[in-house]
Amino acid sequence: MNISGDDFIRGCSAIGAGLALIAGIGPGVGQGIAAGHAASAVGRNPGAKSDVTSTMLLGQAVAETTGLYGLLVAMLLLFVKPLLK
Amino acid sequence: MGNTALLLSGDVDFMIKGIFSYNCFGNEVWITTTHVCTLIVMLILIGFAVCANRAIKKANTDEAPGAFLNIVELLVDFLDGVINSTMGKNAGKFVNYICTLFLFIFLSNISGILGLRPPTADYGVTFPLGVITFSLITFNKFKHQKVSGVIKGLCDPWVFWIPINLIGDFAVPISLSLRLFANVLSGTVMMALYYGLLPIFVKIGIPAALHIYFDLFSGAIQTYVFCMLTMTYVSDAIGTD
Repeated sequence: MNISGDDFIRGCSAIGAGLALIAGIGPGVGQGIAAGHAASAVGRNPGAKSDVTSTMLLGQAVAETTGLYGLLVAMLLLFVKPLLK
Repeated sequence: MGNTALLLSGDVDFMIKGIFSYNCFGNEVWITTTHVCTLIVMLILIGFAVCANRAIKKANTDEAPGAFLNIVELLVDFLDGVINSTMGKNAGKFVNYICTLFLFIFLSNISGILGLRPPTADYGVTFPLGVITFSLITFNKFKHQKVSGVIKGLCDPWVFWIPINLIGDFAVPISLSLRLFANVLSGTVMMALYYGLLPIFVKIGIPAALHIYFDLFSGAIQTYVFCMLTMTYVSDAIGTD
């Protein structure tokens, strides 16, 4: 079977895109921890529910950034294919 | 084996497409879907503003407000509350900018529901927003902390920390804009994959739930986060005095 250079790069790009999405583990764990602590905070002090929720959402959205960088790298590898040019 | 070589079948379509090009002093400039969608979003916002202005001018203080006026009051109340609780006594100067930012980003994010390609899924739209916030931060820093305060802040623990602090300052607009861009883009790509790759019978009804999550929920959260971070950075730059 003959594999041309372009096809090889395409396949490796797909593997790299899959590997890049491992970055999603970290934000997932972090967001889960944040949500758990927010839940316990609401349990202890139900009056502060709206404040706790908005703080939690803000922190989670900031923590999500690293995962999104991984997604961007995967997206670039799959659809822009910088290595083929 | 074209651009869609990696996709199994169907036509997955979420890229920015050029509509027509023209010559601008020898350079080829493209009008893309982003421009058109931004224009539509702006037209909707202008129409909303004109209607709200007219409703407020005609409002009679002796009667209960109508449905439209109620919605406008709810919106202004919500935005005022958020900005006042975050910025405290500095709120008055920034209400205009934050409200504009909020309405534009929110409508851009949820315009996927209207069948448009969200303008914020283009890095050329979110990066200028980040740069505007960055200039606001820097301007307020120099205005309120003076040059000596800025230099003191740059060599915070020690003089050799200057490059790291500089990188930290310049990372603010990039991370702000990339966060918004990547979130909206991921929603757009998900919807395009769903519409492009699956057989016809799962495309009835189910996409409504996906639209609610990817467009409405995620868009609203990201709008809130962008405005919140802008307010936090600016009040940080102003300082406590």
